[in-house]
This record gives sequence, C-alpha cells and structure tokens, in this order.
Amino acid sequence: MNWPVITPLIIFLLIIFAVGIWSNKFVLKSNSFLEEYFLGERQMGGFILAMTMVATYGSASSFIGGPGVAYTQGLGWVFLAMAQLATGYFTLMILGKKFAIVARRYKAITLIDFLKERYHSKTVVLLSAASIIIFLFSSMTAQWIGGARLVESLTGLSYTTALFIFAFSVLVFVIVGGFRAVALTDAIQGVVMFLGTLILLIATIKAGGGVPKIISDLAAENPNLISPFGAERNLTPAYVSSFWILVGIGVVGLPQITVRAMSYKNSKAMHSAIIIGTIVVGFIMLGMHLIGVFARPVLPGVKVGDTVMPLLSMKVLPPFVAGIVLAAPMAAIMSTVDALLILVSSAIVKDVYLNYIKPNASNNQIKKISFSVTAIIGILVILLSLSPPDLIVWLNLFSFGGLESVFIWPVILGLYWKKGNKHGAIASMILGMGSYILLDRFYPNAFGLHTVVLPILLSFVGFIVVSLLYRQKAGTSHMEFQK
Amino acid sequence: MKNTVNPLDKHFKIAHREALFGVILVVINFIWWYGFGYGLGSGKVENYTYIFGLPAWFFYSCILGFLVMTILVILTIKFLFKDVPFDEEEGEHQ
Repeated sequence: MNWPVITPLIIFLLIIFAVGIWSNKFVLKSNSFLEEYFLGERQMGGFILAMTMVATYGSASSFIGGPGVAYTQGLGWVFLAMAQLATGYFTLMILGKKFAIVARRYKAITLIDFLKERYHSKTVVLLSAASIIIFLFSSMTAQWIGGARLVESLTGLSYTTALFIFAFSVLVFVIVGGFRAVALTDAIQGVVMFLGTLILLIATIKAGGGVPKIISDLAAENPNLISPFGAERNLTPAYVSSFWILVGIGVVGLPQITVRAMSYKNSKAMHSAIIIGTIVVGFIMLGMHLIGVFARPVLPGVKVGDTVMPLLSMKVLPPFVAGIVLAAPMAAIMSTVDALLILVSSAIVKDVYLNYIKPNASNNQIKKISFSVTAIIGILVILLSLSPPDLIVWLNLFSFGGLESVFIWPVILGLYWKKGNKHGAIASMILGMGSYILLDRFYPNAFGLHTVVLPILLSFVGFIVVSLLYRQKAGTSHMEFQK
Repeated sequence: MKNTVNPLDKHFKIAHREALFGVILVVINFIWWYGFGYGLGSGKVENYTYIFGLPAWFFYSCILGFLVMTILVILTIKFLFKDVPFDEEEGEHQ
C-alpha cells in the first residue's frame, strides 16, 4: 500500500461524504421532495452550475482514456479534443433562457417531464426513459470500471475490492444527498480536476525538459506525432471534424447535461456559468490531453493507454502531491457516475413510476422508492462491472452518440420549432436510436465520418418530414405550447 | 397559466436571439480551429515553424483559439446577453 498517495484520496472521499450528509438535511426538510432530490430546488448559482456541467461532462475518458489515446496519437488527438471547447458555451446558450422559462412553466424536473409536456405522448416518454436507462447504464458501467481500475492501480487492491470501495463511496452520498449533493460535490470535484490538471501539466513539462525539448523529442521519434494527422496519419480532417458533432454541439442532446440547464437560479447564474464553464472545460481538455502527449518522452513504452496518467503522476510528482492529482480523475469519474445514477433513478421513479404505475403515491412512498431505486441501480451496475470490457473511451462514446441521436432534435426543435409534434419526435427518436445502433454494428464511420453523424442527420430529417405530414392532427400540442 | 402574453414574448425573443449567438460563436470557433489546424499543419513536418516550442498550427488553433474564444464568449455575455426573469409569478424577484 502506497500510503502517501492514498492519504489525500481518503481525505478527498471524506469531504465528499460530508457534503452528501449535509445535503441530506435539505432532502429531509424540503417541501417538495422530488424537486429537491432530483433538481436541488433550482437553486444552483453560476459557479456551481458551471462546475457541475464540466464535472459531469469530464469523465473517465477525459482523464484516463483521452490522455492514453493522446499518448499514442500525439498532438492530433489534442487537436481533436479541443472540439469540446464548444460544450462550455454552446449547450447553455442554445438551451438557454427558453429552456429555463419553459421548463419552469411546465414544472419539469427531468428532461422527460419537458418532453412529456411538450409532446403529450406516452410513447415519447417511454422511448425516452428506455433510451436513458439503456444508454446511461452502459455509460455508467464504463465509468465504474474506470474508477475501479484507478483505485486498483493506486492501491494494489484486487479489481473486485477496488470496485466495491469505489462504488460504495459514490452510492452513499448520491443515495442520501440527491441532486444537491451531486451538484455540490461536482463543484469540489471540478476544482480538484482543474488544479490536478494544472499541477500535472507543469510537472510533466519540467520533467520533460521544457516544451521545445519535448516537441523535438517527439518529432525525432515520429514526426507525425506533432502533426494534426495522428501517429499513423489516419486521423483525416473529415473524421476529426465530425467530433465537433459528437463531443461539441451534440452534447446539447445529453440528458445529464440538459437537466442541469434547468437547475439554475436565474439568468445571472447562467451568464457566469457560461464564462466559467468555457474557461474550465477548455483548460482541462487542453491540459489533460497535452499531458498525455508530453508523457511520451518522459515515460516511454507504456503499453496500456489507460495507465499513462496514473503512472505519470507517480513518476513526476512527490507521492503526496501525486495523491492530490490522482484525486482528479477519481473526481471526474465520481462526478459523472453520480449524475448518471441520479438521472437513471429519476427516469424510473419520476417518469415511469409516477406517470404510469402509481400517479398518486404519497410523499413518503416517493421518498422510499427514490432511495431504493437509486440503490438498486447502483448495485446492478456493480454487478455488470465485475466482468468488464476493455476500452473505456469507446464504451463511453457509444452511449454518448446514442443519447445524442435520440434526444437532440426532440429537445431543440421542441423548443424552437412550433410545428414540431409528437409524431415527428417519435420518428426522430426511433430513427436516431435505430440507425445509431445499426450503423455502429454494421457500417461504422460511414464516409470517413464518426458514426454519430448520420443518425443525427437522419433523425433531423425524420423529425421535420413526419411533423409536417401530421401537421393538422397535432394542432392541440401546438396550441398548448403557445399559451 | 393566465399571464399576459406580452412580456413572455419579449423574453422568448431575447432567448431566440441569444441562442443564435451561440450558433454564430460555434461557427467562428470551428472555422478558427479548422483553418489554423489544417491550414498550417498540413505541410511537411520538417517545414513547421514553432511558437513557444509548439508547432505553429497547434499554437494558433488550440492555444490561441482557446483564448480568443474565451474572450469572445465573455464579450458576448457582457454586451449582448440580457437578464430575464424565469419565474412568471415572481417576475421582479432578481
């Protein structure tokens, strides 16, 4: 056991627990359990909002998988990763005030609430809940595995023990604290992620002998490492650019992000969140991926990409500082898992159970159901993670693309296109999910673009065409929206 | 809900305008990133120029691009975004 490294991690976990328990006071006191547990009573200020978005978005792939790929691909992968800068401002600007106002008017607590009020369709609700549960389950599993691997590599415990330690720590504070605990711990975790990136970047540059030296070492090994085309020159402009859809603008369709766009207090909070979010997300993405590339001359010959970041931290930093820096990926993973957990739980409790199974459940029943559903999902994911698949980055991106193809148009066109109706939304969701899964299986990266591009185009066309075809019949939902 | 339609229409108009700014920013961001990245980075690696030790394409596209976008975002928010109340009932409340 490497105690100097582990001690800061334990302190970090204790702080997180404290926040969870503190938030539980709000959960117990709140008049509206659902709104508090799943949305923190729409009280998030600018800083917390920015951090919870960044932390939810920045996951195992940004801190473990991403730097690992950057290590093999070189600067081309950092270039690709910078497509994510757009998430910092684009999501909040696009959903923006319209979404905030409309969500409040609908009294929506989840993204599905919004869709339900907008389209008045049971099919839309059930399709949404199903895709959230399916895709976020796989995403959560990927994160869980990432977290366990990290604990494993730091402590030398077995994978299974590591998984249980990690899972237990997340479950406790999410179950008791709800969304408020998730958002507050996200803020702490966002700060840890930011500082961790900064410290490790500086230490790596120092260890490598300065930026010019590192770059010339890289060029000497393989000139392509410092080109935008990747080590094997297989990152084509079309492929790299299509990541702007997957990890840039498509993020608008991720339910774990959109739910945050209705959790904030007022427009001032939104304004400062856009600025803080852009700076923090840009810095973390640039920094972490650069670290991955710079690690190459410092730490040559690493075989498994996912281990670059932990190995590097232990090599270039004194043990205690390494512990603090390694709290960053831990934070990134926890903050993503907690957001997904609360979201899947809200989809089950709020969107399925309360809508269709037991609409008049008492406050106490809802509380019990919410706590236990959250716990059960957590345990199911642990079981899935026990025999884990390999590359975190791709598993995670699979659920990204799937969710984006399902939700992006029903949300955006639902907000900004009055003629959009439930038929269009259903067509768009089915086309999006169906074509994504089929293309991913049988014809990935069509036309040299990332798999997500075609499904997003198809679901757009489907939404427009079907909405127009059914225009007359859908007059009512249109009127409702106008009122 | 039986609020008057007028102020809400005004708020939605502001919201639509601001969403449009988001789209414009992302287009600028993409052009800057792609233009410098592939404009300067497509040549032979031996002919690269360097700024602060980094290849020029990377410096302009990713580092300077990040700074420029941050400044543009701040300016957009400061000068073009308006404060709007979200709750129709307590419209004056902050």
